[in-house]
Amino acid sequence: MLKTSDSPLSPRSINTRIRKTLHYGDRPWFVLVGMAAVLILLLVLGIGWLLWTDSSLARTAFGLNFFLPTSNASWNPVRDVYLSWPFIYGTLMTSIVALIIALPVSLGIAIFLAELSPAWLRQPLGWMVELLAAIPSVIYGLWGIFVFLPLVVVPVGSFLGLTLGQIPLLSLFFKGPIPASGSSRLAAGLILSIMITPTIAAVTRDVFMAIPQSQREASLALGATRWETISQVLLPYGLSGILGAVILGFGRALGETMAVTMVIGNSIEGTLSLLRPGYTMSSVIANEFAEAVNILHSQALIYVGLILFVITLLLNMGARFLVWRVARKTSTEVRA
Amino acid sequence: MTSSSQSLSNVRLFQSKAGFQRRKITNSVMLAVTGLLTILAIIPLVWIIVYVIYKGIQYINLAFFTQLPRPLGIPGGGVLNAIEGTIVLTSLAALFSIPPAILAAIYAAYRPNSPLGIAARFSTDVLSGVPTIIIGIFCYGLVVKPQGHYSALAGGVALAIVMFPIIVRTTEEMIKLVPHPMREASLALGAAEWKTSLSVVLPAAANGIITGILLGLARASGETAPLLFTALGNENYSIGNIVRSGVASQQSLIEILKRILDTPVDSLPLTLYKYSQQPFPERVNQAWAAALVLMAFVLVVNIASRLYFQRRTSQLQGK
Repeated sequence: MLKTSDSPLSPRSINTRIRKTLHYGDRPWFVLVGMAAVLILLLVLGIGWLLWTDSSLARTAFGLNFFLPTSNASWNPVRDVYLSWPFIYGTLMTSIVALIIALPVSLGIAIFLAELSPAWLRQPLGWMVELLAAIPSVIYGLWGIFVFLPLVVVPVGSFLGLTLGQIPLLSLFFKGPIPASGSSRLAAGLILSIMITPTIAAVTRDVFMAIPQSQREASLALGATRWETISQVLLPYGLSGILGAVILGFGRALGETMAVTMVIGNSIEGTLSLLRPGYTMSSVIANEFAEAVNILHSQALIYVGLILFVITLLLNMGARFLVWRVARKTSTEVRA
Repeated sequence: MTSSSQSLSNVRLFQSKAGFQRRKITNSVMLAVTGLLTILAIIPLVWIIVYVIYKGIQYINLAFFTQLPRPLGIPGGGVLNAIEGTIVLTSLAALFSIPPAILAAIYAAYRPNSPLGIAARFSTDVLSGVPTIIIGIFCYGLVVKPQGHYSALAGGVALAIVMFPIIVRTTEEMIKLVPHPMREASLALGAAEWKTSLSVVLPAAANGIITGILLGLARASGETAPLLFTALGNENYSIGNIVRSGVASQQSLIEILKRILDTPVDSLPLTLYKYSQQPFPERVNQAWAAALVLMAFVLVVNIASRLYFQRRTSQLQGK
């Protein structure tokens, strides 16, 4: 091949010309779509940055004591003293209650949908579970206040108070009486359990579906029953993905605001009991942020938001990593 | 993954007839339990839907959709302010979120394994997990504080951030479903990348993208937490009144538009939340009516777009 790079007919120059004509406008296009992609990144970083800078006064004033456990439940806009432990405790307790109830239910749904359900039932049932996630949080709250609390939470709460509340150590968490309205940490936990069930169930179902058929066939061929296949082969195989789904659901419970605010009673009491009203991190922000005239007060609320953001961020990253690991093993696309 | 002692006991179980019976019973019981748990999870869904319809339908009337709220304690009136506010807020959210979300999805779908592609996909997932109340704080700092007042604009930005990851993800997944040969055919015919994306790939994926947008809108229209200190609420908000007074005082179109977008607004979920906390029965009743309107919108959009999406997806996959 001749090396006459200056000639307009040389292969290289023809190549460049073709590329220039064909890819006309491609560079600006990639810059544009790339900028949009950067925008997502900037949003996440921007949220973190804003929460960090806008809480600087509160961070220097209260430091780490702000979120460490304390018996002195102090959140006092009048004296300008803010310690967020009661909110953190409320958030953790309600989310843990939600998880304890939602986990077995979601596992059952996922197993039923992925392994047992007849094909015609699979899609409508899956949709119904997903519709649970589509109903706005305020509607859960409204239904909770007027229907769920009086009809379910009050009877269950009084029963727990009379039984578990009498056992020495457990009485710490089940000390009654539950308020007549039913507003309590238990109420928030129960509502949250309904709200996070679809999240956990949907991801777990996808994890089950991603497990190769050969795993099931091998187990069944060895003479295992379907349940043994599910519990001894599929569950261990998908364990990290299921763990991811659980963490994802937990993260959703931590951040859920409206329904919780409407049913938890929004009060800071010294008690640890599930049957008493409480407060969560998100509900204190929802209730007080718009009215916080005092700078330290609003900064303390942003500080609470910062803690919530960091926790949910870490949980989300961890959960997606776990689900992604299962998907990578099986080369199918599962995204949490 | 079972321990060796457990496997041994399994072998013994397998060999005896009684063990076989027991395994069969365990099997049926556990499978039945999963079915029961599924039914258990459906109960709240049915309960909520039926109860909201039952309560809401009693208090829905024409005035509910066409009148502003009456002063506290006086029965009657409606939530026109909230309905108009919801429309303004979701339109703003759609305007702010759809274009960048689709562009970002194009990038994420074509360069999934480049560093920026991985980062973008990861941030999308993370952003969809950020509590919406935090997005409210963010928009308070981003829009409300610099502006000095609450506004529909701030609420629209907040809802746009809520919608953003939903649209990016569905769009990205739909673009990936477009058969590769279609893209290659376009490129082989000499079309540039941008031309291929805009006139071949996006139209092919359009129905799925619209589904994603609708799902995002349904989600945004039901959000309350990010609006609490961005849109704030406004019982006197009425686009009609703003336009009439604007025309009367001969304001320009831009000034009128500014007054529509730059004042605090209400939205249906915000109204629902506030009314549910009030001790006036007529307000609580209107909260139920608002819940019915909101739920009907969200559920209809969800079911319709899923049906549509499913049909299109199977068409694209050639099934």
